Amino acid sequence: MKKIKLLTKYSSLLLIIGVLTFLGACRSRETQSTNSPSTVQTNNSRLNIIKERGKLICGVSGKLPGFSFVNQNGEYSGLDVDICRAVAAALFDDPTKVEFRNVSIQERFNALKTGEIDLLSRNATWTLSRDTDVGLEFAPVVFYDGQGMMVAKDSGISKLEDLRGRTICVKTGTTTLQNLADKMRKIDVAYTPLAIGDEDQLYNAFLQGRCQAITSDRSQLVGRRSNFPDPEDSVILDLILSKEPLAPAVVPGDPQWIDAVRWTVFALIQAEEFEITSENLGSFASTTDPTIKRFLGQEGSLGKNMGLTNDFAARIVKHVGNYGEIYDRNIGKPFDLDRNLNQTWSDGGLLYSPPFR
Amino acid sequence: MTVIDTQPPKANLNPLNWLKKNLFNNWYNTILTIISLLFIVWIFYSFINWAIPPAECLTKDNAPRICANYADWNAVTENMRLFFVGYYPEELLWRTWASFKIIVALSGFSWGIFSASSTLFNRATIIVLSVLGASYLTILFSVGFESQQYLVATLFIFAITTLIGKKLGTNLPDLKLWLPLVWFFNFFLVLWLLQGGLFLESVGLDNLSGIILTFLAAIVSIVLCFPFGILLALGRQSHLPIIRWLSTIYIEIIRGLPLIGILFMAQVMLPLVLPPDLRLSRVVRAIAGFTIFASAYLAENVRGGLQSVPRGQSEAAKALGLNGPLVLALIVLPQALRAVIPSIVGQFISLFKDTSLLAIVGLVDLLGISQSILLGNPEYNGRSVEIYLFVGFIYWICCYSMSLASRNLEK
Repeated sequence: MKKIKLLTKYSSLLLIIGVLTFLGACRSRETQSTNSPSTVQTNNSRLNIIKERGKLICGVSGKLPGFSFVNQNGEYSGLDVDICRAVAAALFDDPTKVEFRNVSIQERFNALKTGEIDLLSRNATWTLSRDTDVGLEFAPVVFYDGQGMMVAKDSGISKLEDLRGRTICVKTGTTTLQNLADKMRKIDVAYTPLAIGDEDQLYNAFLQGRCQAITSDRSQLVGRRSNFPDPEDSVILDLILSKEPLAPAVVPGDPQWIDAVRWTVFALIQAEEFEITSENLGSFASTTDPTIKRFLGQEGSLGKNMGLTNDFAARIVKHVGNYGEIYDRNIGKPFDLDRNLNQTWSDGGLLYSPPFR
Repeated sequence: MTVIDTQPPKANLNPLNWLKKNLFNNWYNTILTIISLLFIVWIFYSFINWAIPPAECLTKDNAPRICANYADWNAVTENMRLFFVGYYPEELLWRTWASFKIIVALSGFSWGIFSASSTLFNRATIIVLSVLGASYLTILFSVGFESQQYLVATLFIFAITTLIGKKLGTNLPDLKLWLPLVWFFNFFLVLWLLQGGLFLESVGLDNLSGIILTFLAAIVSIVLCFPFGILLALGRQSHLPIIRWLSTIYIEIIRGLPLIGILFMAQVMLPLVLPPDLRLSRVVRAIAGFTIFASAYLAENVRGGLQSVPRGQSEAAKALGLNGPLVLALIVLPQALRAVIPSIVGQFISLFKDTSLLAIVGLVDLLGISQSILLGNPEYNGRSVEIYLFVGFIYWICCYSMSLASRNLEK
């Protein structure tokens, strides 16, 4: 009898709790739906949704050294991460107003399309099919990468033809395998691919001499090499197997939002061209150069016209620095990778910003 | 003829005899024993050799090249925080500590109450406590001073609440029955502390990571799949054809799908079909996926139990005048569930381990965080063995505790 009483007590309590939580859930859903991002409408740009929300939601990888990773203190750092911070700085004058979300390779484009993230900054290569088929809108390229090849220094290999009959380590499940096969077929060199899925095992195989060469994106090769017991024993060959321009992406059909992202990236590049850094920004307050005055928002209304503030470029430089600073901080210094294509056009690179006027 | 009641002869097994009898009883067994022993010693020796690096490798800077062949446990100790709380904002870490202390206090309290009528220490609890205690100590010595203080304080809280529980449990034996309810409310308290909202700065469910996320996903899915599983099992046994068919169809379809497929559906496909202004949190979607999957398996386990209860039991209960739900709740289900505890717990353990699939769908659980340390932070590239060993150890502790607990339940 006691058991029955207890049972009824319990079930009635559970029922009450259930009803209460259901009501609560309904209410919280209502409040959520008012500010949750919905599909883009012409009069309601993602830009306004983000401003209303008060923070940017940025999709990053979280597993790529130099581009996005989390340090011991749980803070994100990397080039991809700093691009997100630059956009947040332009919008809110506060680079911390970003919520980072790790997205996996498989779901990265879907997360963008469903509006779960506002901006995808996950070193995605800009390709034609992704622009059209997959349906993405790419911002300017933030890093010109390319597939490279690393060999042991004393192996005497200096060009692809030297790899005839050798074994090449390559990661499975990426386009690197396909690129390698295409290239080698073109120059008619037979080789043995050693495809390994796990990154650590892949580089260990190279170190143990199971393969004479290893191929991956150059930035990855450089990053990994800096962690080898003897980095000088391996060299990265001076050749590019494929072009990998990495760019942030947003959903198409929202001109206001893509413009904001696009011109944030351009502002980073232009600031370097003007040699404005986060340190010397103050000295430009009294500049007489009209182009710089316009760029920093002291004159004209460039920012206002696109839905940002006039000083958006100044905000970006103030909080995250110019492109060169971002590069040095995340890739140049830690990995000792020279800038090569990733310099401003005036220094012989590919970074070129349209004029701010 | 008289039957002499004799005991079997006492085996005279001193260690030497035991060895002789079991390992060296003939020449080929002797050879096998020696070879296996050598093999075990060799494995063990090389592991120890690797795990304890020589002194010159313990310094962080410019360690000699040879150190790459030894373990570098810094990869684990320096990332302790990431493993446990993941990307939780630094200034809000007190909330994770508070949650931890609440859970520990309540565990101590429950332990005290449950052992009120017996002793605190029996074989199972000693095993669990020594495993937990050993890992607690290891962690204690590898974290910063501030965390050490908190951990020691937590230990005291545990001891005190255990004693209180024991005292209260002896005086109020009914308290035992209300413990599940306390845990139920405690869950929401901890959830509120962790994710914020209502007077606390919001962190959001999707930003939980590390062990917190693993535990959250595992516990919620385990708790949710249990009632669903029972309902499905009952449905499959029902006399009403439509309910029976629906349950059978559900169980068979879900059991025919791989879990990773269901998780991908929940993460990637679901947002495409839901109305655009309805956004479910990613963690909630993952938990829904786990629950959907596990309840189908659980239903089959429970069905086995239901079929093992003799028909006479429910007929007798009906004859006594109990109505349908009461027959189920008081007579059939308790017997059925007790019979299948081992397989249910096995299901829960595998569900707990399945949460590591969250790493594949972009959520950062315990495995995900170790991957992001390994692949992301250039400082720890190539230290996968240390990190995966540590992660495996944590999974093992949790699963072994669950299996010990289930053995206690069976008694």
